[in-house]
Amino acid sequence: MKKLLGMAALAAMLGCGAAHAQQVNVKIGVLSDMSSLYADIGGPGSVAAAKLAIADFTKDHPNVKVEMISGDHQNKPDVGSQIANQWYDVDKVDMIIDVPNSGVALAVSQVAANKNKLFIVSGAAASDLTGPKCNVDTIHWSYDTWMLSNGTATAMVKNGGDTWFFLTADYAFGHALERDAGAVVEKNGGKVVGKVRVPLNNADFSSFLLQAQSSKAKVIGLANAGGDTINSIKQAAEFGIVKGGQKLAGLLVFASDVNALGLQTAQGLSLTETWYWDMNDANRAWTKRWQAERNAAGKFPTMIHAGVYSGILHYLKARLALGGDPDGKTVAEKMKATPTDDILFGKGTIDVTGRKRHPAYLFEVKAPSESKHPGDFYHLKATIPADQAFRDPKDSGCSLVKG
Amino acid sequence: MFEIFGIPSQALFGQLLIGLINGSFYALLSLGLAVIFGMLNIINFSHGAQYMMGAFAAYLLLQFSGVNYWVALILAPLIVGATGVIVERLLLQWLYKLDHLYGLLLTFGLALIIEGVARHYFGSAGLPYTVPESLQGGRNLGFMFLPNYRAWVIVASLTVCFGTWFVIERTRLGAYLRAATENPALVRAFGINVPRMITLTYGFGVALAAFAGVMAAPIYNVSPQMGSELIIVVFAVVVIGGMGSILGAILTGFGLGIVEGLTKVFFPEASSTVIFVIMAIVLLVRPAGLFGRRT
Repeated sequence: MKKLLGMAALAAMLGCGAAHAQQVNVKIGVLSDMSSLYADIGGPGSVAAAKLAIADFTKDHPNVKVEMISGDHQNKPDVGSQIANQWYDVDKVDMIIDVPNSGVALAVSQVAANKNKLFIVSGAAASDLTGPKCNVDTIHWSYDTWMLSNGTATAMVKNGGDTWFFLTADYAFGHALERDAGAVVEKNGGKVVGKVRVPLNNADFSSFLLQAQSSKAKVIGLANAGGDTINSIKQAAEFGIVKGGQKLAGLLVFASDVNALGLQTAQGLSLTETWYWDMNDANRAWTKRWQAERNAAGKFPTMIHAGVYSGILHYLKARLALGGDPDGKTVAEKMKATPTDDILFGKGTIDVTGRKRHPAYLFEVKAPSESKHPGDFYHLKATIPADQAFRDPKDSGCSLVKG
Repeated sequence: MFEIFGIPSQALFGQLLIGLINGSFYALLSLGLAVIFGMLNIINFSHGAQYMMGAFAAYLLLQFSGVNYWVALILAPLIVGATGVIVERLLLQWLYKLDHLYGLLLTFGLALIIEGVARHYFGSAGLPYTVPESLQGGRNLGFMFLPNYRAWVIVASLTVCFGTWFVIERTRLGAYLRAATENPALVRAFGINVPRMITLTYGFGVALAAFAGVMAAPIYNVSPQMGSELIIVVFAVVVIGGMGSILGAILTGFGLGIVEGLTKVFFPEASSTVIFVIMAIVLLVRPAGLFGRRT
């Protein structure tokens, strides 16, 4: 009798043990700019995208338990690193995602490498993240400055814009974009005739636009983003820059920026993005869900939000396959070894430097008369396939590239 | 054309003119702050948020009532000024006898609330507002292309600034105001309704901020954080000019706009900090500010 009871108890314990082995617990932190100039391209929209990804994955895999927290880095690298440190050490966060603002992303990338925990950058742009500053724990999603320059600058130089003047946001992202775009201009036979470095979050560009005008460059490259780009374009229209024959190259423009400018001001602008909400039915359907989750009328998701969704899905796939509680390097290697496939970016890969590769699209902003419904902003001008859209790992300067 | 320090004179004059235009915004905003501090002894940290409310009021009036820019120039300051009056009656009037710090904290808190609400409903990317048709385009002055709208900004702010200075320093109403801040009890004894004057003065200061906001809407991004970016610089301007001095605020506003404009030419990376460097120097040499009367 005792033996029977003992065997029953043992069987029960073993049974419980087996169930625990399949359970995967994940904690994700969405770190973004929730309140300042990048809050519309990332911010609460990224949190909404994360919620959708977690809901979709756990619906099909109920044994994966995902907890999500969010935080505001306020565009300050020290605040961002402090939150990352706290999340990784104290709050047991396994993976941090998003982080628009390259200065903060570079800082958080260092923290992730120190702690050997995963960091998926969906928001920031600096190509240094998969270049000289790469590490095993950082994966770069959505877009980067190399892809933007390659898309927009190449197209504009081929169309006759061979002298450039740069208006650069004076921090890591602006410098990276100016450097990469300048390289593309010169590779295609053009010349950079001047540049001016503008403090981040500057409201008035009239002085800098005046310098750009007097340089007589054919193209004025805007190496900035968010509110700075909106102000530059708005004020350029005021000073008759485009009427005077110079072209504006918005090197990083999101659909939300076009929304803020209005099509009247933004029409004709060339830009490169990797995801556009109105490009196909799958994107449109997802956008409806995102809008319901985001609950703020009149907003459209950006490629950063799509990257958060796609990045989390691929991460959770890797976690499910690995099981248990692996460190950052193990998960990153699993993610690089597995091809990606989701409803938003389709099929893609992650190369050895941590760069997610997918096609890029050259768009042109529609005129007001051509826009048939709210959010109908772009004409698709060209598709750049994944192997050409992003930098070849051989040229990256990343230490992870062997040989 | 000759060169000054390696910059062609054409470019330099263009930058000076632009500095003057930016100075107009600084002057308008610091005038409102100086009036409120000089008359009420309140450090109005919500000035930036009220500037933003003026710009948003202009946008909303256009969106929902089809009210054009010119009417909005008058209507928006009145609406925002009215909210200022409500704030003063409900909240600020209890703080006059207390330390300056309480007024600062209250208005700072208000600014955060107003900004947060605006960001919740409108997002942070900003809203479109175009230059009114009658002011579009510009003229080529030879050394630069001057948009008509920017010329209008200089004219309008000069008019409003010196109009306000004139009313406060040279008319009887202004005399009552100044007397009421020095000795409210005595002025009351003469039968003048001092609390009402103070309320209307706060409303007027707020209306000045909203007026600057409407003027800014066509050229700057209409976003919830437009005020917080500007207000720190404006405070520096007021401190340099002297906290209580109206004329000081106006002249310093224009002057510092020009200094900032010159910095943007010679050393653009420092253009956002040069005003604070000047503030530090002025405070060391003349703590009351350049035109300040109080000690």
